[in-house]
Amino acid sequence: MSPAFVVFLKEVRENLRDRRTLINALITGPLLGPVMFIMLMNVMVNRELAKADKPIAVPVIGAELAPNLIGALKSAGIDALPALPDPEAAVHDQRTDIVIRIAPDYAEAWNKGQAVQVELIYDSSRRDASTPVQRVRSVVESYGRREGAMRLIARGLAPITAWPVQVADRDQATSQSRSALMFSFLPYFFVLTVFLGGMYLAIDLTAGERERQSLEPLFVNPVARWKILAGKLAAICSFSTVSLLLSVAAFATAPLFIPTEKLGIALDLGFRFAAHVVLLMLPLIVLLAALQSLVAAFAKSYREAQTYQSILMIIPVLPSALLSVIPVKAESWMYAVPLLGQNLGIVQLLRGDGVTGEQVMLCLAGGFAAAAIAVVATAYLYRSERLAISG
Amino acid sequence: MIEVKDLHKAFGDVRAVNGVSFQARDGEITGLLGPNGAGKTTTLRMLYTLMQPDSGQVLVDGIDASVDPLAVRRQLGVLPDARGLYKRLTASENIDYFARLHGMPEALLATRRKALIAALEMDDIADRRTEGFSQGQRVKTAIARALVHDPRNVLLDEPTNGLDVMATRAMRRFMRQLKDEGRCVLFSSHIMQEVAALCDRIVVIAHGRVVADETPDALREQTGEANLEDAFVKIIGTDEGLAA
Repeated sequence: MSPAFVVFLKEVRENLRDRRTLINALITGPLLGPVMFIMLMNVMVNRELAKADKPIAVPVIGAELAPNLIGALKSAGIDALPALPDPEAAVHDQRTDIVIRIAPDYAEAWNKGQAVQVELIYDSSRRDASTPVQRVRSVVESYGRREGAMRLIARGLAPITAWPVQVADRDQATSQSRSALMFSFLPYFFVLTVFLGGMYLAIDLTAGERERQSLEPLFVNPVARWKILAGKLAAICSFSTVSLLLSVAAFATAPLFIPTEKLGIALDLGFRFAAHVVLLMLPLIVLLAALQSLVAAFAKSYREAQTYQSILMIIPVLPSALLSVIPVKAESWMYAVPLLGQNLGIVQLLRGDGVTGEQVMLCLAGGFAAAAIAVVATAYLYRSERLAISG
Repeated sequence: MIEVKDLHKAFGDVRAVNGVSFQARDGEITGLLGPNGAGKTTTLRMLYTLMQPDSGQVLVDGIDASVDPLAVRRQLGVLPDARGLYKRLTASENIDYFARLHGMPEALLATRRKALIAALEMDDIADRRTEGFSQGQRVKTAIARALVHDPRNVLLDEPTNGLDVMATRAMRRFMRQLKDEGRCVLFSSHIMQEVAALCDRIVVIAHGRVVADETPDALREQTGEANLEDAFVKIIGTDEGLAA
């Protein structure tokens, strides 16, 4: 048996006996993402659905002036409530999402065939109010258009005279690409899973071993240090790989728990998606294992290593955060940037576009190159005299 | 057989080891005696190639440690100052791990493990996880782990540190047994009685230098003191950091 393999077997066996590592690698890491994802999606979907279907009631000022408009609103599921004394304050205090105010001269102007004003009082900075506001606006506007068309017809004109330009929507979004917008944070969950899966192992195998003073006896064995490191990295990688596999498996079941059909979006997280994600993530598994070991090797104690790890954990967020703030058009070099490439690739898979062979190659090449650098840097650090000495 | 020639090692401005030379022969127990902070542990660490000397040479069975450190480590059984065991593994598993790192075949490994467990009287703890072991049980396990590959040369850094009377006596008995098997035993200590009771040869280190390298009898003669303790104090020039 090669010494690296001996180290690998021992680390795996020892850590299988550690409950904290196991819980992190097999439960928290892989399930955190899918569970949060399913919960968030359900909350979001249910809120949207509730607003779109349910009849809403809106306070109307001057309802008696425009019975036909009120009738149109009612037939669209919008009931008129009695007027409020101070509508601006009511919207500001979030007592109501929107208030309709019909001008006092509405009936008079209407009968003369003049333009009339209907005010919608709302707060556009309140996102949850946007659905009712849109519903009211579209009902009022379509009522206006319908009445306008009637007037033109009454004067013997074709209604199109007033609307020479017609806008026709040709939305190219597929139901999958629409869903991808909502799921753009998904890649981060996969990275996080890999990170959590290997984290405790990385701390334990370097800083932990140093703190327990077992690194010095270990290094006294006639085994080159890089072989010891290779065995340890292999152990970290296998734990984080198991985490990732569990995580994609859990994500594959996510569509069962999300009422996607009600949203009119498709979510394909099946085998093809899972296989691609695992392939794209392979270099990150090695890269993160090496980075975690590197950071842990700097620390003098377990606790110190934990602090460093949590700082390191912020780095994988950056590409996801960056992409959501600055939507960039993907250039091919971006695929070679570790983390960014994975992020782009996974979002693309979610959109149902798939990834090209070239993009996969760039992703793997860039990722493995970075991983190799991190491994060499860690191996270099492992050679230092100070590493072994605990006191 | 261990030969040390003019070792130097500095940490920043501190000259931890400043010209140490001595020999430890096969079939003898050599004691490295010195007050705390004299440079014993650093010297041993250079012997088992954990540290590179700034200058000087270490030969173990004729192999130069700076030329082939792996071969040197193969010739050595080391109980370092840091005893760290793997607490989620049993004592036997701890021993097996190091044996496999030495590349020992499984059959030989099992025989050696059993022999060491018997010799160190640790049958009762062999299959227990090492978490919660007493200091004595920890040292026994660490020694079994260090000697599983049957090394010719044995380095022990303060082997009786923290042991109670019974465990200390057992440890001394075990060291004599290693000597009787013809091995070269080198151990460090700051306890004079222990060195006097065990050693064929005493190397006294103070302030990073060897201040005496004699048999116990020769030391008494050289200093003109009948009592070893007085002899040591006279050699080192102070009794600071030594224990009776």
